[in-house]
Amino acid sequence: MKAFAQLLELLALTPSRNRKLEALTQYFKITPDPDRGIALAILTGALSFKNVKPAVLREVVTREVDPHLFALSYDYVGDLGETIALIWPHHGGQEDLPGLAELVDLLDTTAKARLPELIASLLTRAEINERWALVKLATGALRIGLSARLAKTALAEMSGKPLQQIEEIWHGLTIPYTEFFNWLEDRGPRPDIAHEVRFHPMMLSNPIDEAVDLARLDPAAFAAEWKWDGIRVQLVLGQGPASLFSRTGDEIGAAFPDLVENAFGEAVLDGELLVGQAFEPAPFNDLQQRLNRKVATAKHLADYPAFMRVYDMLFDGREDIRPLPWTERRARLEAWFGRNPQTRLDLSQVLDFADWDALAGLRRQGALERGHEGVMVKLRTSPYVPGRPKGLWYKWKRDPNVVDAVLMYAQRGHGKRSSFYSDYTFGVWKGNELVPIGKAYFGFTDAELKELDKWVRNHTTNSFGPVREVEKLLVFEVAFDSAQLSGRHKSGVALRFPRINRIRWDKPAAEAGTIEDMQVFVEST
Amino acid sequence: MSFLDRHLHIAPIDIYIDPMVPRERVIITHGHGDHARSGHGRVLATPDTIAIMQVRYGADSARHFQALDFNTPLMIDDVEVTLLPAGHILGSAQVRLRYRGETIVVTGDYKRLADPTAQPFELAECDILVTEATFGLPVFQHPRPGDEIARLLKSVADNPGRAHLVGAYALGKAQRVMSLLRQAGYDAPIYLHGAMQALTALYVERGIALGDLRPALEAGKAELAGQIVIAPPGALKDRWSRRLPDPILAMASGWMSVKQRARQSGVELPLVISDHADWNELRQTIAESAAEQVWVTHGREDALVYYCRQQGLVAEPLNIIGYDEGGEGGE
Repeated sequence: MKAFAQLLELLALTPSRNRKLEALTQYFKITPDPDRGIALAILTGALSFKNVKPAVLREVVTREVDPHLFALSYDYVGDLGETIALIWPHHGGQEDLPGLAELVDLLDTTAKARLPELIASLLTRAEINERWALVKLATGALRIGLSARLAKTALAEMSGKPLQQIEEIWHGLTIPYTEFFNWLEDRGPRPDIAHEVRFHPMMLSNPIDEAVDLARLDPAAFAAEWKWDGIRVQLVLGQGPASLFSRTGDEIGAAFPDLVENAFGEAVLDGELLVGQAFEPAPFNDLQQRLNRKVATAKHLADYPAFMRVYDMLFDGREDIRPLPWTERRARLEAWFGRNPQTRLDLSQVLDFADWDALAGLRRQGALERGHEGVMVKLRTSPYVPGRPKGLWYKWKRDPNVVDAVLMYAQRGHGKRSSFYSDYTFGVWKGNELVPIGKAYFGFTDAELKELDKWVRNHTTNSFGPVREVEKLLVFEVAFDSAQLSGRHKSGVALRFPRINRIRWDKPAAEAGTIEDMQVFVEST
Repeated sequence: MSFLDRHLHIAPIDIYIDPMVPRERVIITHGHGDHARSGHGRVLATPDTIAIMQVRYGADSARHFQALDFNTPLMIDDVEVTLLPAGHILGSAQVRLRYRGETIVVTGDYKRLADPTAQPFELAECDILVTEATFGLPVFQHPRPGDEIARLLKSVADNPGRAHLVGAYALGKAQRVMSLLRQAGYDAPIYLHGAMQALTALYVERGIALGDLRPALEAGKAELAGQIVIAPPGALKDRWSRRLPDPILAMASGWMSVKQRARQSGVELPLVISDHADWNELRQTIAESAAEQVWVTHGREDALVYYCRQQGLVAEPLNIIGYDEGGEGGE
């Protein structure tokens, strides 16, 4: 438990991804089974207890601490777990806590009525950091900013096994992952998991380089589709319940019951998760309402019904068709749809075009009239290759929208950038006043960052904690994918994927864009 | 309320304790900026506190300084004034006042843990205890400082290529960290930010051994790898820190026990080292002082006042504005 508490603290506090990876790798290397498997489950959010809930912990603490003092403390600290860990008044410290696996077993199997007593004795035995880790573990709310993918990446680094192979079987593994660790350490075969819960790492595209690629590539060898503005998903349909995986292999089906419960047939499909009525995609903002939620409410299901726009097929029934060329997979996909008419799945349309100029025209028109993000260009003979293979799939994004905006506030960055003012909030004119329209922290070089940092320090008019307000003098050319109406911003618009395109040292702030200019972008999307 | 009022004004002799605005006659408990201001008329304080004020604000920052040693009662008209060690920083004092049979102790900022850089706290019984409450919540139970320093030294040993930049308030906390490092057997040079050199020199001059200290400014990047650098909290993320090789940010402060807070301020290695009494020490002192009334000057006064009333004591918050900024503030 000591080692796990140390790991958790390091993960919570170090901003460096490399140091996190190093610490995770080291921990998994030296910690024996089954403790390391339990740790992995905790870190990836796969573990929960039936009876241990925040309310139980609160009850345990208020038996020992005056409730009013507890309330004042909680108010001050702001995090229930931390408050409990810090306020616990008894310090035994003589006997070490049990190992992780034993601890989890205790929390799992102890009768509800005896839990408070157990938790109290554990809190007393724990050292301060262990107490913090214990409470985090028990409540399941780690809040340490660790993604499951980072944990998987650490396992890949530790073992030398490709991350893809880990992601593929991840969802089908069971705690405490002993067979999995055996495989990672070459002491056993790769765990065999059911087809329905197996994730197949996705094929990704490369951006098209207009200057080089268009002259080089034969348009007749490629198929094109719209690039949809949703999230990439993989749907695994079979005998059991369907699995819906995100791009990184996280199972997100529970949040989209309307999709997974209505899809049927047997296949592994690749496509875009979107929301909207009657297969009419709504803006990304609407999809956002349903993302990052564990379960969907009835209102969300009604207002933002989910569907999947399918563009590829990896398995036809149980047959792995990934080695087949795209044209054949597409034909199989269309035939499959013919046999399995769906209410929540539809086919992504294949675009007709004669040459690159024609496709460029379509792409422009799609962006203007329908708000499409761009087009996907796929080699007709390409097999389905996981990862980001060169020369097979391309994305050809619409030209970004740009607006000239004035720097209003700057904030310090994180990690290596913590001594630099690197996060910029910028705005456009609304009459005589500037209103913020977005925030960006990339798009410039390191040398430009140094200059900007110096500029911010020399033009500060006001400080609010880590934020500096600056003189309204500097103009950025800001590129963004689209603009949407937003009630959250004073300006009423929100930019999607804004970045600094150019620093317009030369341009007077008075000539920057206006809120009226922004309306045009909103209407076109 | 008494011969001392809620602004810490001793009415019979017209003297203020640690006033925020310039006054003609004052007693200063210790040298932190939220207690010791410049511009007073006559200042009564310990010799160390006077020396600190003169280093920080200049020799003429008050019209007149009068030194009073610890445990030396001084009669000012009918009021007996005694300065007792508070253990907070070098020269820090509690003020004991006696007048017409009533005894009041104003603790100033204090801690009870042993610390070679400050004269050790002495408990005084009194009728009214005027106490601080910087860490006056039961969540503040300071760990042993030796354990915190051990964590720092382990991190230094584990990261030989990187510097450790420890944020510490320039007066008191910085020298305490140096002293703790020496107690732990660390004898490598310790590198200092310019802002703390004068005060550190004063500590050394007044007999506090702190070993090999060097200005960080003069050291090259390569020299600082694997070393400990101490700087004021405000410098941790300033341009100044760019001279250090891939630094690990540490911070020595009582607030660092709250991890979410450490995380928000970008501190990688929080060191819970405090120069204030924690919740348990505050309660211990209140009990041992045998006071029947407790006034709480500043900090988390709600909780401490509530606690005292539960113990059957008369307790009042004074809500003194302006304290609680220096010392453990950090960024």
